Amino acid sequence: MKPLVSVEHFSKSYGEIRAVRDLSFSVRRGELFGLIGPDGAGKTTTMRTLVTLLRPDEGTVTVDGMDVRKQLKAIRAITGYMPQRFSLYPDLSVEQNLRFFAELFSVPRNELTDRMQRLYRFSRLEEFSTRLAGRLSGGMKQKLALSCTLIHDPVLLVLDEPTTGVDPVSRSEFWEILRELREQGVTIVVSTPYMDEAMKCDRIVIMHSGVALAHGTPGELINSMRLPMYALDERDLVMNFSRIEAASGVRSVQSFGDSLHITTDEDIDEDRLSAALEQTLDRPVRLRRIAPSLEDVFIALIEQGTEHAE
Amino acid sequence: MQNDFAHEVANQRQTDPDLAVSARELTKRFGRFTAVDGISFDVRRGEIFGFLGANGAGKTTAIRMFCGLLPPTAGEAQVAGYDVRTQPRMIKQTIGYMSQKFSLYEDLTVAQNIEFYGGIYGLTRPQIEHKTGLLLDELNLRDRRDTLTQSLPLGWKQRLALSVSLLHDPSIIFLDEPTGGVDPISRRNFWRIIYEIADSGKTVFVTTHYMDEAEYCGRLSIMYQGRIIEIGTPGGLKEKYGLDTMQDIFVHLVGGDTRKEAKQ
Repeated sequence: MKPLVSVEHFSKSYGEIRAVRDLSFSVRRGELFGLIGPDGAGKTTTMRTLVTLLRPDEGTVTVDGMDVRKQLKAIRAITGYMPQRFSLYPDLSVEQNLRFFAELFSVPRNELTDRMQRLYRFSRLEEFSTRLAGRLSGGMKQKLALSCTLIHDPVLLVLDEPTTGVDPVSRSEFWEILRELREQGVTIVVSTPYMDEAMKCDRIVIMHSGVALAHGTPGELINSMRLPMYALDERDLVMNFSRIEAASGVRSVQSFGDSLHITTDEDIDEDRLSAALEQTLDRPVRLRRIAPSLEDVFIALIEQGTEHAE
Repeated sequence: MQNDFAHEVANQRQTDPDLAVSARELTKRFGRFTAVDGISFDVRRGEIFGFLGANGAGKTTAIRMFCGLLPPTAGEAQVAGYDVRTQPRMIKQTIGYMSQKFSLYEDLTVAQNIEFYGGIYGLTRPQIEHKTGLLLDELNLRDRRDTLTQSLPLGWKQRLALSVSLLHDPSIIFLDEPTGGVDPISRRNFWRIIYEIADSGKTVFVTTHYMDEAEYCGRLSIMYQGRIIEIGTPGGLKEKYGLDTMQDIFVHLVGGDTRKEAKQ
């Protein structure tokens, strides 16, 4: 089956700023796909292009086989887009907001009740249906915005950092909902700077400064890096940081509260590392082998990228 | 009875120079609503302490009391040895505050921001000039002295915001979501500086929604409905609950109850 979204050699600049450079990826039907990266990575530019709000400078971007340059209306009819600042009407109630967006997307009257019931089921907003949107908590606002985005039953859902600024509990609820939607067959493209959210995606593309650094499943990316990592419980974090950093075979060191995470060169095994550290610190050390996180992978990728550039 | 105890402990704490923040049964009510409900904890000098909680948990109210901006309804708190109720001015001079979002004036240049905040913190002109030079060197921003702050990369802005909040040499610094949305390399560099600051004896008090920031703290508290429901080191909490991340712990402790919160 053809992918639902196909992005090939896509580039976009704003004046001198090259927001996205030669980006390629595809999203399969029914996939929960993540654009992962910090501010300035090019995530929003890519998403706006997917939903036909921006035109690519170069490359080809299609949604369900339709070109974003040419078939704007048809693409908009099958996509739901939730920008970072989604405009709900604060002085309308939850239900009035849903009805308003239904009107906007020409949802047939006879289908509206059913759809609202379905949206209420997963958002659990029914008991708040008469509350003004302006008086909802941050997490509930996000759920209402998502519901409004879904009111016309889109095939493709595009969500730009939907959980930024939302508290951790609401975040995890929001991701539960995304998984439910995927079960129902909705294809989702979501952007996030959070690595723990990236882990919840089927596949991701990691972006930095407009460039894709890698794509694959989160698991693949972590396994492909072969980053030997160890944790060392250490109280004198700062005092010993530079000494450990300078020890032979150590690539990088990171403090985490009460421990240090040490990344080593590939050919250094645990025994050699602990020997090197014992010599440096002049006392016995106990290392724990730990798995790298997606953030460690991200950092390694960025560092590789800069090495190549230099 | 408990209150008497709290008083005694509090009075005794005043003389303990190793405590940066000390709260005993600290409470704030707004009418019939109790925003902060008798919280008690200590933060030692040089600690990096994470203050976590969902929206509406009472974090902001507690922080405002610690900063001397809001008098408590009941209970006690000392910050840097000063009483939040009777010595709020002393507290304001002793603390620094940095938020990634709100600290700097985007349409002022780098040097103007330093000058502006130096003025706010009561530094003299020669002091400001001296500090400006030091900071620009330290941050490697000498070439950018007259650049508008808005055109700095996010990671640099954040470093500048941190430096500016340290201009008056505070003994405690409050950080509000200092590295949200920042790329992981900048974040790690930033935290390395935070560790150095803490190591120099300053206390770092972090409030955040971002659990990946929480992982960097030496000790954490989790607030829920006005109370502190858990406190400990990230490693200790993970062991206690058998969970791998602070996100999982947070959701485990606070989760499944947002509907109740929303109904209030």
